[in-house]
Amino acid sequence: MTPVSRSLLLLAVLGVAACTSPDRFGGGYGSDGYGDAGYGKDAGAASNPRSPAYFQQVVGDRVLFIVDQSTLTDTARATLEGQARWLSDNPEFTAIIEGHADERGTREYNVALGARRANAVEEFLISRGVSPARLKTVSYGKERPLEICSEESCYARNRRAVTVVAAGLAG
Amino acid sequence: MLRLILLVLGLLVPLTVQAQNGPLRIIIDEGVIEPLPFALPQFVAEGGEAEDYARRISEVIAADLTGSGLFREIPRDAFIARVTSFDSPVEYADWRAINAQALITGAVALSGDRLVVKFRLFDVYANAPLGDGLQFAASSASWRRLAHKVADQVYARITGEGGYFDSRVVFVAQSGPKNDRQKRLAVMDYDGANLRYLTDSSALVLAPRFSPEGARVIYTSYETGFPRINLLDVASVQRRALEDQPGSMSFSPRFSPDGQRVIFSLSEGGNSDLYMMDVGSGRKQRLTTAPSIETAPSFSPDGRQIVFESDRSGGQQLYIMTASGGEPRRISFGAGRYGTPVWSPRGDLIAFTKQNNGRFHIGVMRTDGSGERLLTASFLDEGPTWSPNGRVIMFTRETSGAGGAPALYSVDISGRNLRRVPVEGAASDPSWSPLLP
Repeated sequence: MTPVSRSLLLLAVLGVAACTSPDRFGGGYGSDGYGDAGYGKDAGAASNPRSPAYFQQVVGDRVLFIVDQSTLTDTARATLEGQARWLSDNPEFTAIIEGHADERGTREYNVALGARRANAVEEFLISRGVSPARLKTVSYGKERPLEICSEESCYARNRRAVTVVAAGLAG
Repeated sequence: MLRLILLVLGLLVPLTVQAQNGPLRIIIDEGVIEPLPFALPQFVAEGGEAEDYARRISEVIAADLTGSGLFREIPRDAFIARVTSFDSPVEYADWRAINAQALITGAVALSGDRLVVKFRLFDVYANAPLGDGLQFAASSASWRRLAHKVADQVYARITGEGGYFDSRVVFVAQSGPKNDRQKRLAVMDYDGANLRYLTDSSALVLAPRFSPEGARVIYTSYETGFPRINLLDVASVQRRALEDQPGSMSFSPRFSPDGQRVIFSLSEGGNSDLYMMDVGSGRKQRLTTAPSIETAPSFSPDGRQIVFESDRSGGQQLYIMTASGGEPRRISFGAGRYGTPVWSPRGDLIAFTKQNNGRFHIGVMRTDGSGERLLTASFLDEGPTWSPNGRVIMFTRETSGAGGAPALYSVDISGRNLRRVPVEGAASDPSWSPLLP
């Protein structure tokens, strides 16, 4: 991303931030698996391009998968290109990639499926130059749904891999 | 002779009572089930302090028997005979007159904290006792176990099979909304009584399994932030991580029948394979190397084989291999997907979860894959566990939608007697203990 386009984005984000109330990234959820492990007290504003909030909201912290698949879609790859650039620009951050599944499967299989999805994201980021030492993966299977309806519209958003960045040492 | 014969003809067919001359028999065939009627006069309290225990123990015995679906209690207001002493002679004609086929009498005595329960079982139509009188003793806090022991004896003498009432279930107790579920391990009696939490809800936990002797539980915990296999002692609640290979995830553990080893899935680089670990030494051995998902392993009762699920064919299917690894043999071939196989304690059947046409089923099949029979159907049924005698399966049923929540259900392997297990709050992932000593 060039400095010019970054500053354009920054303006756009400022406009949004000015008129929205604090969302859950302000520290609503305390538990694991909702893609906010690095936020809470120090998420920063999305207006700061070096902040986790910027990564989450502007770069895009998640990619979605089709049923039973861990193959990255074109949309997912575009998002991950952005994630890889951000991680290259911000080397002090490490990331945990969380793999998730929808509720239409058995528990153990979904843990294994979430592991596949997280791994697909990790491999892509590594292929774009992110050091493996900065990345970890975890699968939550179907245990941490974001959306709670029992319809495809919700399932589609739950079949996800979320890259959670946090400032800290690799290892 | 009073005898409820639970033959498994072919595979699984309902029970019927067959009226005939001579010995009463209940034979399994294609007919309708008629539960065996029994009379259970409230056990005699030997001493005033035992009165309350006598009443409650009698209730639990009756609830165990009727809850099995194989027995029916005759209401006490129909009784003609009165039982005022454990040793008073049995008026068979009075019990026959109300169509009782089995009569259970007993007495309860309390001495200090020690509770003694004795009972007798009678075959009303044979005018004779069925087996000897028996006596059980325990501290009064264990009064429910004494009742379950009596019910197990009655069940065993009439069916010719082992009972399952004096047993426990470990499971995941859940609370909170669907997108913020708090989960913790809990243990309870098989009928939902005596619930006790084993962990707090600070870390996500999955799929606990009892050890073969019932003293330990193995499960998946996210305590470190990553799924790891933990081992917990039920009495002391002491726990330790069993598997902690950096950069990997381990889940879906289950004990070997001798309790010495644990089989589980380990996921590395997105690929989940089966491993075996010696619990004592921690040494582990990889059993599968396919790029597909291999998970949900379960031992045969003799410890020689393992059934598991794999998507190596493209979708989840069931496979059997020897416990040392080797080439797996696929056993499921029906429509849909098959997962979470569990070998029955008798060794003859494998219970599984089947997903087909948007519905989930609990089913059973023979170990060669033949005789598949679906026992349940719902939006989401999964994760079967066997009763100690291999007659009943408990599983998780989850309702759909934003307010959807899981609950525990049980069903007979004939497909009859579907019941919700009474548990306060949402519950999932049951694992049935062996019969307690």
